[in-house]
Parts: sequence; C-alpha cells; structure tokens
Amino acid sequence: MSSMIVLEGIGVQEWTYILVGLTFTLYIGIAIWSRANSTKDFYVDGGGVSPLANGMATAADWMSAASFISMAGIISFAGYDGAVYLMGWTGGYVLLALLLAPYLRKFGKFTVPDFIGDRYYSKTARLVAIFCALLVSFTYVAGQMRGVGIVFSRFLEVDINTGVIIGMFIVLFYAVLGGMKGITYTQVAQYCVLIFAFMVPAIFISIQMTGNPVPQLGFGSELADGSGTYLLDKLDGLSTELGFNAYTEGSKSMIDVFAITLALMVGTAGLPHVIVRFFTVKRVKDARKSAGIALLLIVILYTTAPAVAVFARTNMIETVSDKPYAGVPDWFKKWETTGLITFNDKNNDGHIQYLADDTANELVVDRDIMVLANPEIAKLPNWVIALVAAGGLAAALSTAAGLLLVISASVSHDLVKKIINPKISEKGELIAARLSAVGAVCVAGYFGINPPGFVAAVVALAFGLAAASFFPAIILGIFYKRMNKEGAIAGMVAGIVSMLLYMIKYKLGWFDETLPDQSEWWFGISPEGFGTVAMLLNFIVSISIMTLTPKPPKRVQNMVEKIRIPSGAGKATGH
Amino acid sequence: MDKNEKIKASAYWRENIKYVLLLLAIWFLVSFGAGILFKDELNQFKIAGFKLGFWFAQQGAMYVFVILIFVYVRLMNTLDKKYGYDE
Repeated sequence: MSSMIVLEGIGVQEWTYILVGLTFTLYIGIAIWSRANSTKDFYVDGGGVSPLANGMATAADWMSAASFISMAGIISFAGYDGAVYLMGWTGGYVLLALLLAPYLRKFGKFTVPDFIGDRYYSKTARLVAIFCALLVSFTYVAGQMRGVGIVFSRFLEVDINTGVIIGMFIVLFYAVLGGMKGITYTQVAQYCVLIFAFMVPAIFISIQMTGNPVPQLGFGSELADGSGTYLLDKLDGLSTELGFNAYTEGSKSMIDVFAITLALMVGTAGLPHVIVRFFTVKRVKDARKSAGIALLLIVILYTTAPAVAVFARTNMIETVSDKPYAGVPDWFKKWETTGLITFNDKNNDGHIQYLADDTANELVVDRDIMVLANPEIAKLPNWVIALVAAGGLAAALSTAAGLLLVISASVSHDLVKKIINPKISEKGELIAARLSAVGAVCVAGYFGINPPGFVAAVVALAFGLAAASFFPAIILGIFYKRMNKEGAIAGMVAGIVSMLLYMIKYKLGWFDETLPDQSEWWFGISPEGFGTVAMLLNFIVSISIMTLTPKPPKRVQNMVEKIRIPSGAGKATGH
Repeated sequence: MDKNEKIKASAYWRENIKYVLLLLAIWFLVSFGAGILFKDELNQFKIAGFKLGFWFAQQGAMYVFVILIFVYVRLMNTLDKKYGYDE
C-alpha cells in the first residue's frame, strides 16, 4: 500500500487527533522551556521580547475564538454591516500605536491599573481600574472557554463540558507555569498555527470559485464558471431573490454603524490584555513597531475573513436553496445532529426553502458554524477540515491564556501588593499570582460550562466598558497634564454607570416587562454602539469636574512630561 | 529637567502631536469617511467586482491602518534622532 493511499484513508477524526495532539505537545513543550522564575517574568516577561515575537504574540492574543470561528460567519449573514467588526477591531491598533503604547511603555509598570493609580495619585482610581480590568477580562475569558468546548465537542466528538474541562487543564498548565514568558512564546506558535489554518481553506476555496489564489482579490473577481459574472454581483442577486437585502448594502442605520465601529475601535485600544503586551518590549520605539507588526499580522486574517464570508454564503445558498432535503450532503446531516442547523419543512414539498421571510423560511443555520463547516461544504480534503479545528483551538487558547494573566496580575499585583499587603515578598507575590490564575481558570471554566444566557450582550459590554472607562482616562492622563484625580474618577464612574444602565435597559430588558423596541434607542444607537456615547460622556464629565478642582501635584505633572520623552525607558519595574 | 531640556522636550512634543493629528485625520477619512459616511456615493464606482465604498469598509481601510502605523514608526524614529532621544 503506498503512502498516498494511507493518507487518503485517514478520516477527519484521526487527522484532528493527530494535528491537535501535535500542536498541543508543541505549546506545552514551549511552556516548560520558558518557565517564569520571577514576578517580572510572570507579568511582563522581563521586558526583553523582540518586536516581531511580541507582534505575533499580540496578534494571537487578540485573535480569539470570536475572530477565528465566529467573525466570518457573522459577516456572511450581515454583509456590508460586518464592516463594523473588521474596521472596529483593527482601527483600534492605530489609536494604540499613536496614542497609548509608546507612553505606557515609557511609564514602565506592569498593568493598566498601575498607570491609572500612579497618574491619578489615588487608591480610589486604582480600585475603579482594577474593577474594570477584572470585569472586562472575565466576560471575555468565559466566551473563550465556551469556544474551546464547541470545537472539541464537534471534532473530537466529546461532550461540550468535557471539551471545556480539557481546555481548562491545558490553559492552566502553561499559564500558571510559564506566566507571561511562557505565554508569549506559546502565542508565537499559536499565531503560526491559526493563520495557516485560516488561510489554507480560504485559498483552496478562492481558487475553486474564482480561479484567483488570493482570497482578498478572489471575492472581487469573476466566477470561474466562465459566465463572466462577478462573484459579488451574483451574491447580491441571490440575496435579493430570496428576499434579503443586497449583500453589499447591509441593513443597519448609518449612525449605528458609525457608533459601533468607533466603540469597538476605542474599546480595543482600552482592553487591558492588549495594552499589557506593550509593556513587554525593550524600548519605546519597539512598542510602536510592535503595534504595527501586530496589526499587519491581524489584518492578514481580517482581510481574508470577508472573502471567506462571501464564499461560504454563496456556496451555502447554492448547495441548499430549493434543493430536495433527501439529497443533502453529509455535513448538513452532521451539523443537524448538533442542533446548529435546523430544517422544518413547513410546506411539505420535501425541498429546502431558505428565505428572508420568517413565516416561509424553513432553514436556520447558526452563524458560528460557517468557518468550521466551510471546508466541508467546499469538499476540501480531510486534513484541511482537521486543520481548522486545530486553528480554532489555538485562537481560543491563546486569548484565554492572555486574559488569565491579566486577571492574575490584577489580583496579585494591583490588589494584594499595592492595596492589601504592600510588604509581601517577591516569592509570596508569585505564589499569589499563580493561585489567582488557578482561581480564574476555575471561574472561567464554570462560565464555559454554564454560560450565562446573555454571552453576546456581555461581550459587547466588555468593549463598551473598556471604551467608556480606560480609554479616556489614559488619553487624558498622557495628553492633558492638567487632568486631576477628581476629574478622572468622576469620568470613569460616569462612563461605566451609563454604559451598564443602557445595556441593562436596551439589551437585557431588566427594567421593563419586555425588551424595549429599537425605536426607543437614544439617537438610534444600539447597545453595542453605546460605548461611543459613554466614552464622550466620560470625556465631558472628566474635563468639567477638572476645571472645578485643584491641579494635580507637581510631581505628577513632571511624571507626565517624562512619559512623553521616549528615551530612558529602562525595564518595566514593580516599584 | 533644566530650562533648555524643557524647551527641547516641548518642541519635540509639538512635532509629535502634529504627526499624530495628520495621521488620525487619514485614519478617520478612510474608515468613517470612505467606508461609512460616503459609502453610497463611492459605491457608484467599481474596481473589478468591488463597489468602492464596500471595498473601503471591508478591505481598504484595514490596509491603510497598517500603512499609517509604519509611517508613524518611520516619522518618530527620525524625530527621536533629531532631538537626541534615540536609543
């Protein structure tokens, strides 16, 4: 028997075991090789990571299960409106590179609450920042553990809860052992795995559908069937025929698209687990460069995602729309058993009617399966399908590990060392950091197994909160010397409270009998976009209160002047 | 910081702010401008199969973002050297 036949004979299941096993061995090997020995290693990797490695780690840290698994699927159902995620989750890096990263690196401490606490010379400000950092990170990490569970359950055919528990142990192992040092180098490996896993099927399908091997160009090309029709025109046609809006038009209002995009951009720039990455490079100029490299590496995936969305949407409509149910392909049946595809033959004609009109529509497809199912829909080889599973796991695990580190640093460094027991020894702090990482994994695992019914709301809330709290406080802290603690604290509280109230009223509907209608939204802005309004409110409140209260002390003003000069950054320190 | 140091530092800061504002103006134009506010006008033009406004929103803005950061890196490295803040 030749080796080719052996390779072809291996099923998706076996390939998944092989690829997932290989990649996990790699991650764990790296964690053991780069164990953390000091708190500095644990929090920021001693400040000696090269810009390229840091850029790759930042990219893996940033691209979560949501980016890898869900985003292309969401876009394929939202069409043009999907641009809010594409621009929102990349544009924030421009803000980071130009407005935040270089100065926070120069400041040279471990965490975001460190900066807020020192710049605003106040324990209250530090506590508010710790509260926000923990809230943002916990909501995020719960979603990641769920993502790990979904991938495991589908591809290893285990129960979703077993999947979550396996994921917990893996993350625990290398986050607790390796700290930031271990995480940085594992994330470099995870970036390579996830980008390869995302690009390979995209390139295959692009060639299949348009003959163009570059997906970014492919979805703007003519179809390979020789009809001379552009792919996007065809999809616009298919969509309107079935009663949907044209794919390239979208359906959200312009003001809402504007607000959501801005909230996501600013939220990205304010996320503690992203900001902390820029503490790990040597010099201020490396912080700028590393933001550029990170964005370049992220954009490779983010510009491919809308192409994947178009391929998947077109393929799916063509495969199922108006086709007899008896003849559906294998993947359709498999996903049906997970409940993520449902078919209800309302008019009993034995054919699948996929329509925009809810009363006549017979097919419901969960958005989250598009990326995972895409290679199967396009009939790609088994190893490609398994590769997507390994990539999804890499994406979910790298983000979960980065978040756990922020949580454990917030507890052991910001809370224990800076507030509860400043006399704690280096060794004691390292133990506290590891214990809080263990605690955080358990909480995250709990939410992964028992997800709150409002995961989507909570994730939107995480961005809104980061936008409404950290972003204005940090920007004003750097660019406005006169900003004082009274202004900053009042601003952060106003931002967080307004964001929470709007979310509870219009997303969760806890204030009324039923969820209020969209027509009641302020200025037509959805809860996802409200972070923009809350951020503006924060700026206005901060500046108004500041003008009524005393200037910050001279030493703080001197500190701001020092932050603005790039030289002499030294290494990040805890003191 | 002595007086000369202070004058140097604030001149450096002014130039930095100038660059930041210029680059953020471009950042705003390609994303919120071309991709959102003027999307319908731009959609009347097409490059290959892409309507132009749609292309900016789902492709173009992101490419420009990357370029902007690297331009800033270049500008600031030169500026750091000019003021002797390079290391």
